[in-house]
Amino acid sequence: MSVADEWTAAKDGAAPVAEKVDLLVLGAGPAGMAAATEARAHGMSVLVLDENAAPGGQVHRAVEARLPAKDDQDKDGAKLAAAFRASGAQYRPGATLWAVEPEGKVFWSEAGAARSVRAERLILCAGATERPLPIPGWTLPGVMSVGAAQIALKTSGLVPEGAVWLAGQGPLLWLYAVQALAKGGRIAGIVDLSPPGGLRRAQPHLLRALKAPEYLWRGLVWQRQVKRAVQVIPARDLRAEGEGRLARILVDGVAHPADLLLLHDGVVPNTQVTRAIAGLTHGWDPVQRCWRPGLDLWGNTAVPGVMVAGDSGGIGGARAAALSGRIAALEAGRALGRITTDERDGRAGPLRLLRDRQLAPRLFLDAMFPPLPEAAIPDETVLCRCEEVTAGRVRQAVALGCLGANQTKAFTRAGMGPCQGRICGPAVHGVIAAARGVQGGEVDPFRTRFPTKPLTLGELAALAG
Amino acid sequence: MKKALVIGGGLHGLSTALHLARTPGWQVTLLERRHVGRHSSGVNAGGVRRLGRALPEIALSVIAAEMWQNITALVGDDCGFRATGQVKVAESTADMAKNEARVAQVRALGWSHEEVVDQVEVRRLLPAVSRHVVGAIVTRDDGSADPMRTVMAFRRAAEQAGVTIVEGVAVTGLEATAEGTIRVDTDQGPYEAERVANCAGAWAPDLAALTGETIPCGTKASMMIVTERLPPFVDPTVGATARALSFKQTAAGTVVIGGGHQGRNDKAAETSTVLFGSLAHAARIAAEIFPCVAQARIVRSWTGTEARPPDDMPVIGESRTLPGLFHSFGFSGHGFQLSPAAGAAVAELMARGATNLPVAPFTQDRFTVPA
Amino acid sequence: MFRRTEPTDCTIEWEGRALPARAGESLAVALLAAGITSFRETPVTGTARGPLCLMGACFDCLVEVEGAQNIQACLTQVTPGMRAGIQHGARGFVDDAA
Repeated sequence: MSVADEWTAAKDGAAPVAEKVDLLVLGAGPAGMAAATEARAHGMSVLVLDENAAPGGQVHRAVEARLPAKDDQDKDGAKLAAAFRASGAQYRPGATLWAVEPEGKVFWSEAGAARSVRAERLILCAGATERPLPIPGWTLPGVMSVGAAQIALKTSGLVPEGAVWLAGQGPLLWLYAVQALAKGGRIAGIVDLSPPGGLRRAQPHLLRALKAPEYLWRGLVWQRQVKRAVQVIPARDLRAEGEGRLARILVDGVAHPADLLLLHDGVVPNTQVTRAIAGLTHGWDPVQRCWRPGLDLWGNTAVPGVMVAGDSGGIGGARAAALSGRIAALEAGRALGRITTDERDGRAGPLRLLRDRQLAPRLFLDAMFPPLPEAAIPDETVLCRCEEVTAGRVRQAVALGCLGANQTKAFTRAGMGPCQGRICGPAVHGVIAAARGVQGGEVDPFRTRFPTKPLTLGELAALAG
Repeated sequence: MKKALVIGGGLHGLSTALHLARTPGWQVTLLERRHVGRHSSGVNAGGVRRLGRALPEIALSVIAAEMWQNITALVGDDCGFRATGQVKVAESTADMAKNEARVAQVRALGWSHEEVVDQVEVRRLLPAVSRHVVGAIVTRDDGSADPMRTVMAFRRAAEQAGVTIVEGVAVTGLEATAEGTIRVDTDQGPYEAERVANCAGAWAPDLAALTGETIPCGTKASMMIVTERLPPFVDPTVGATARALSFKQTAAGTVVIGGGHQGRNDKAAETSTVLFGSLAHAARIAAEIFPCVAQARIVRSWTGTEARPPDDMPVIGESRTLPGLFHSFGFSGHGFQLSPAAGAAVAELMARGATNLPVAPFTQDRFTVPA
Repeated sequence: MFRRTEPTDCTIEWEGRALPARAGESLAVALLAAGITSFRETPVTGTARGPLCLMGACFDCLVEVEGAQNIQACLTQVTPGMRAGIQHGARGFVDDAA
């Protein structure tokens, strides 16, 4: 039996894992599914680790439960998932990666047990996370992110009802409103915090964006549909209030009753794992105001053998993610000697053209929705939810000489809780930069530390053998 | 005013700069390649410990302990120091015998801070300790402090004392000038001073090498684990006689576990990496000595890069190739507690060429093979 | 807050109270659908918290499940009869199912 056969046979989640694989893919979203499928087509043994119970990632979450697919997004997702299921890649749902060591040694936990494998190459497809939108009172129960509500909608058909408010800015906010209304949900209002002048800022990028006009067209349709059904209040200042749970929101000082507030300020690459890998360099994206791993055209990082595909390498959306997953897998195949350089280039060429088209509207969208300014966050606002550290406390630490995120972390505990700065990272970083009056790129980013997801001492101790 | 330069913004550099700036007649500048507290100073376990010191280190450690008891007077902040005691547990009768011999040796030299205690006392001190622990060595007024808070307190005190701290400057060369001063070349232009301190931690031997002086010294990357917050269950910092452990619950409730399990250093890239196969041993020892933590979640692990001479003791003394340059490095993962006293000693050496503080055992001459 | 558009098929127990749920959905979603917003009390100040992200990142949905503490409700799949409750502050020592 060949290696590939063994792998194909091992579909059961409890099946043992070989000590070595050609390719380990982190994440079963569009990039991960596409990378695994492409890699299998070239004979690589592939192990896919994903935290969720089913393939799809965030954008195609629970897509297999909604067959036959109705909208374009579900159709894309269903196709990717079907090809992935048939690819023969070993797929481990409910598997949380927590460490990557030099020479491709990867650790993860599954059902409370720690495991490890050695992979020749890694393609990390960790997707995106929502940029935090810290406002006073956002730690109250009843305040959630728009992305969270979309997950509840996709996985269990939960629709908003009652005094539900959406606030912030960005395409996902409008998309969720459309999806929720279509399913019979009701929204009390949308607080539009986007800085005025979006179209004026975005106009220089219009021509390029029209290479993929469906994005802009869809955005306009979404906004029109929503505005017909829901009041939209442009505002600068938003607060959440209540005793023990959300009771009302204050929009530029005007109170509205609220029992659910959904916040959104765009998405940023999830770099939790890449930032923890020694030597893996990241660059500051001044427009999206976030860190992203330094990648070549193929998705290679500065660390040999470690690749990144999809939104975790820079926000591009689901279709671009799937294409970059395939491109990365072709490069992995070349590096492992499964295909020649010519074959890689031949196959990747059309994919790269398609990806360029998918990425065409990004500059326009980025200019439309620049992240909200961290300087405006009031001092009393909690930034680090785990350790309950306020913006004022971070600013004090800066005044005392903590000039980077790692120093403020050690000094204030901001970013030291169980989420490891996943949620507060961009906000803490932005507050430090604003307090120092410098660009974000000049502030040392949070170093993340393995284990990037908590595991118990007992689980780790078991590895001592 | 005479000019002095301190190279390295770790705790030893800051302490040296602080003490020298408080010496009349000295104008002190500190150069740090990245930022203050970048490597092991800001991320160590914060142990303020005399217990178990190598015999030549005890005298300096005892003086440092007195400074820690009054650290606010030195730097204007308590640095999170808590005198909660240090306990080194014995897990067997063989361990107990070893402990008794050790304490007898320390007492014979005239020190009384280490004390052997029995099982009853160790259970009183550590109610959560595993039942197999049979006794311990205790130093009751040792304790621990908050490393980054300590770094920042030393930084502020140094700046208030007149030290100019320059971050983001890397030293590229050192040489004597015709005028008898030292010229320090950096990636941002030259500096000149009458005295220079080499407090560059793991990179200090490389600075020494720039002046043609070879000091045998490797590196350490001691790994540490921190857990989620737990209810308070242990006050003292705990070690073990026969196994590598350092175990401490912070004021926040998190548990910091170390003990010298080594990760991997990359000195050129200025990074160090945790190796979980080896860190698993720290987890196992911790869970065996404190079974209640087995279900606690690890939220982070890390390493800090440190210099380590062959005998695990620091190098403190004037350069043999460049007069006016003073070394202070190689604390081998146990320099945190020593920093107030070591900084005072190095400042005295720089200002007047001599010190009454007990640093004589640490000159680099100990590595010279007698002819 | 939220309304279900799809039928439930089992019950779970939250703080001793029976709640309708769908087997296989996340525990966090099941609780939200039943109108529960407070999942835990923080170990720092003891204030009430509920989920923020539902995707495993925020650790604000920590609950006790079958006696095990600090479990992320958004990454826990509902099984019929599952018993769960509020995570009060930091993990304790005695109740772990281990």
